[in-house]
Amino acid sequence: MAKNSPLVRLQAEIFDPAKEYNQFLKQNTGAGGAAICFTGLVRSNPDNPIVKLTLEHYPALAQRQLEKFANIAFERFKLQNISLIHRYGAMAVGEPIVQVMTISAHRQAAFDGANYIMDWLKTDAPFWKIEQSAKGKNWVENKACDENAKHKWKTD
Amino acid sequence: MKILYFAWIKERLNRSQDDLELPKNINNVNELMAWLESNDEQIKLAFENKELIRVAVDEELVEHDFDITNAKTIAFFPPMTGG
Repeated sequence: MAKNSPLVRLQAEIFDPAKEYNQFLKQNTGAGGAAICFTGLVRSNPDNPIVKLTLEHYPALAQRQLEKFANIAFERFKLQNISLIHRYGAMAVGEPIVQVMTISAHRQAAFDGANYIMDWLKTDAPFWKIEQSAKGKNWVENKACDENAKHKWKTD
Repeated sequence: MKILYFAWIKERLNRSQDDLELPKNINNVNELMAWLESNDEQIKLAFENKELIRVAVDEELVEHDFDITNAKTIAFFPPMTGG
């Protein structure tokens, strides 16, 4: 059986979440018994509707960090496969920003792997959101809860 | 040495990078930040809240006491908000 390795894709273009997930599932070598797909979407704010979200990024470091988190998750949770897509540039409300897909023999590892990647990516991958609303442009501030979430994965 | 700026730091400085010859006595990120501040009023304002500033040296996230004597590229940016 061919062995899969984590795939990381950075792109400006929109992607079709279902199509990506189906493609990911098709790569199952047969050893995978549990697959997870998490999709992060552009969220509006009822009190101040978002017209556009723009993600600035540091390309070389972003690619490197995403690969690092995917590779760590792959080894640590003994996953069969990982695929991670993250967008940058301008996007509209409701569009997908990020999608992480994991597959493992049993479900806990697949859940944990996806969760681990998202927790680290929120605070340690160089992307910055700017929200555009009727009131103007606003750099999104980081949340303390995101900063805390990754620490639950510390092993030492 | 190439210095990169991202997000609101870049916006405040109105530029995305500097190419600078550093004095020989600058050995770590803290010293570089102090030197940049002393030469540029806008950087001083942007770096006002130092614990907010994240740093990458040659595409690796580092702390402010990281040694930069052999570094080629140093990037300054605010806390990251991806995902």
